[in-house]
Amino acid sequence: MSTDKNIEIMDNPETAPSKKRSQLYDIWRRFSKSKTAMLGLFIMVVLILLALTADIIAPGDERRPGYDIQNLQNTFQPPSLEHPFGTDNFGRDIFARVAHGSRISLQVGLVVVSISMFAGVALGAVSGFFSGFVDNFIMRTVDILLAIPNILLAIAIASALRPGLGSVMIAVGISAISGYARIVRASVLSLREQEFIEAARSVGASNFRIITKHILPNCMAPIIVQATMGMASAISVAAALSFIGIGIQPPTPEWGAMLAESRRFIRDHWHMVMFPGVAIALIIFALNMMGDGLRDAFDPRLKK
Amino acid sequence: MPDVLMEVRNLKKYFKTKRGPLHAVDGINFSINKGETLGLVGESGCGKSTTGRVVLRLIDATDGEVIFDGENILDYNKTKVRTFRENAQIIFQDPFASLNPRMSVFEIIAEPLIINKKAQSRQDLRKQVLKLMDTVGLVARLENAYPHELDGGRRQRIGIARSLALKPSFIVQDEPVSALDVSIQAQILNLMEELQKEMKLTYLFISHDLGVIKHVSTNIAIMYLGKIVEMSDYSSIFKSPLHPYTKALLSAIPIPSVDIKRERIILEGDVPSPISPPPGCRFYSRCFERMDICKDTDPELIEYAPNRQVACHLIKPQSNV
Amino acid sequence: MPNNDNELLLDIKDLTIHYITEDGTVCAVNNLNLSIKRGETVGLVGETGAGKTTTALGIMQLVPNPPGKIIGGEINFAGENLAAKNEAAMRTIRGKKISMIFQDPMTSLNPVIPVRDQIAEVILLHENVTAAEGLAKAEEMLELVGIRSERAKDYPHQFSGGMRQRVVIAIALACNPELLIADEPTTALDVTIQAQVLELMKRLKSEFNTSMIMITHDLGIVADICDKVAIMYAGSVVEMADKYDLFRNPKHPYTIGLFGSIPDIEKDEEMLKPIKGYMADPANLPAGCPFSPRCELATAECHTKKPENIDLGNNHFVKCLQYANQGGE
Repeated sequence: MSTDKNIEIMDNPETAPSKKRSQLYDIWRRFSKSKTAMLGLFIMVVLILLALTADIIAPGDERRPGYDIQNLQNTFQPPSLEHPFGTDNFGRDIFARVAHGSRISLQVGLVVVSISMFAGVALGAVSGFFSGFVDNFIMRTVDILLAIPNILLAIAIASALRPGLGSVMIAVGISAISGYARIVRASVLSLREQEFIEAARSVGASNFRIITKHILPNCMAPIIVQATMGMASAISVAAALSFIGIGIQPPTPEWGAMLAESRRFIRDHWHMVMFPGVAIALIIFALNMMGDGLRDAFDPRLKK
Repeated sequence: MPDVLMEVRNLKKYFKTKRGPLHAVDGINFSINKGETLGLVGESGCGKSTTGRVVLRLIDATDGEVIFDGENILDYNKTKVRTFRENAQIIFQDPFASLNPRMSVFEIIAEPLIINKKAQSRQDLRKQVLKLMDTVGLVARLENAYPHELDGGRRQRIGIARSLALKPSFIVQDEPVSALDVSIQAQILNLMEELQKEMKLTYLFISHDLGVIKHVSTNIAIMYLGKIVEMSDYSSIFKSPLHPYTKALLSAIPIPSVDIKRERIILEGDVPSPISPPPGCRFYSRCFERMDICKDTDPELIEYAPNRQVACHLIKPQSNV
Repeated sequence: MPNNDNELLLDIKDLTIHYITEDGTVCAVNNLNLSIKRGETVGLVGETGAGKTTTALGIMQLVPNPPGKIIGGEINFAGENLAAKNEAAMRTIRGKKISMIFQDPMTSLNPVIPVRDQIAEVILLHENVTAAEGLAKAEEMLELVGIRSERAKDYPHQFSGGMRQRVVIAIALACNPELLIADEPTTALDVTIQAQVLELMKRLKSEFNTSMIMITHDLGIVADICDKVAIMYAGSVVEMADKYDLFRNPKHPYTIGLFGSIPDIEKDEEMLKPIKGYMADPANLPAGCPFSPRCELATAECHTKKPENIDLGNNHFVKCLQYANQGGE
């Protein structure tokens, strides 16, 4: 402690916090207190494990992948020990198809969120930080994107490109950009006026440093929440596109496509519709629960 | 003759608004000597905070000159502004809003050193940060804490450490203690006073609290609606205020004593809008000593006596002093 | 109205309020004692986290529950214990017999209702009058706080901060309450506007003969308008006395420290004499006297033993062990 000066250290060593504790740990601690969020996380972990082990659960042979092994003598079987989710009109095991389908859905979700998040965050940050003409130009473009219903835009893009996994992801990704751009711009606008930004400027920080070091870390919370919920909606839009036939094509076991194929048999063979449907509902439910939990975990003040 | 560090001449800052230009700062003049403190007092919206930011080039001025160490900083280009900011720093009012909540104490204090490349190595950086923390009375253990884990007093110490990092000669203190409790406020005021003596710092101290201003200032300037209405050494303003606004302001402060009774001057109404202000004296609408001339003619800031300036038609210079 | 000057209007005994959260218990108010006679103004002084606002909310039975909980104690108001009353009974008391003025005039008014209607709402709620009579009374109240009747139909955002606080005062006084709790009513205002509002409160208080609790951190305001002062630290009143007695002869080390921390306008002092250390953390209070870690005079006993309320005579109470042996029981 300083002794040569009159400036007295007025700190009581016992009461002040001292241990190095990451902010992520604090967020996790609050997140883990929410039962619904933990349920969501549990479902997601199960689905991810399912996706990782799909090849072990349903290995393919030399001619066909695991999800497309047909057995025409064994069609429309209700759930049993051998086929826990039953079989479909080609005698394929629905459990195997749902397991493989989880890979597609997670892949769609991740890629879509990455596309839309990076583009949206960049646009929103630039737009909010620089105001004026740049802001107007970017935001009006985003407004136009926002004015077209998401699914319609995705249909247009998917039909312009070749139907398939790639175009679905691009289509859904582009249509989701505006959500991120708006959220980030709004946070940047309010953060820009904060004194700590002025403080950074007063010690000579450049615009680039201010955006990356001071503004973006402070809008991570809404971005992550939006990404979680955005993943859910991306999965559901992708499923919807596949359902109406412009998305992923059979025999790829996309859950939406599976629903579409099996809807003809809904009266007699409920299990064919039920399991992919439940899978879609579960993943969306799980992601939304996690999103809610993350929102509360990031901002404890909101709850109190 | 003391050395003048900063001289402000006819400084103006107008903000564009939908209802016309907002005259935040409207032609003010003052100078601050090296090692001294100018206290800038006024109520909310009088332009004191804007002044503090304009003299640091955090906001661009509309007109006027700010001479710092012999050079007009309003003429500086970007690179020169950066070097100027190593010399001139600011401490903010709100110890909650002025610290990035996602940065640790160490990162906050280290930032100016990193940006301006003042550290040779990581070890050197850490050494400098810990020394700054020690200077402002923060124990070293706190280097990994985040601002939200600390109370207002400690947070304000972080802000002070950050502003000292570049070894400035001039610091604008924008209401540095008004968000703090009195017992903590006194600690911080004492700290600033010690630092000033030790590092020969020059302060522009902005506050609405006349008690605090009197305690810290060498000279005091009173602002009302973008103008300085009275300026002098700290004791004359309190002993014999000249401007009616100063008188009213002084009488309005509740004194924490039961044995001193002061006659209260209660001003009527509110501060008028700084958008398109009236042509005459800014204080006309609330003045209890107003005359006809005040309505249309804006009084100049005149030299009433050496080191005593006032802008009021009632006050004539003392010629024989 | 009974006019016995010595009758206690409010007598709080050993009030304890805790906020119970997942991260631990925040002991906001601890064994607080406070009493107010009819017509008296008591200044409740303390720093951030001292429990001033929680005390006020406790009297109104408005402590948010959960997480807040009144653990114990009595709040005797005009002979009845408010702590034992149910919500329905409290509703007839709030706004009618006890009303409150909040710190921030920007947020305590409803932005979409004209000010006159907001005042009338309280009157209609508590008094047996017609809507027209209520509105007429509301305009009368506005006149009383210095707002001309042609502005009665204006919305809150059309008024300045000082004017809004006048409206809040009009609402608080509309039903002629017996007790007014003012929670830092002028902290958000400029000095000259603060002077206007304080002058108004002084005038109305004597006109209505209302008792008042003035919550503030500003000893200057206390000297100006209070009769009695209660100094709060870490959730309890550590010193309570008549205003003159307390200002001329403060006893508790914390009170003395507070006076040493304020820059004096009348005198030139070289250095302030601040209290060392930081405010006690109400989630983690020391075992003994809550002020002991910051106290220059603390002895070993102070760190382990909680001080009792000691009567120094002449209605001067202090919670400090150094007076334990000289106080008359």
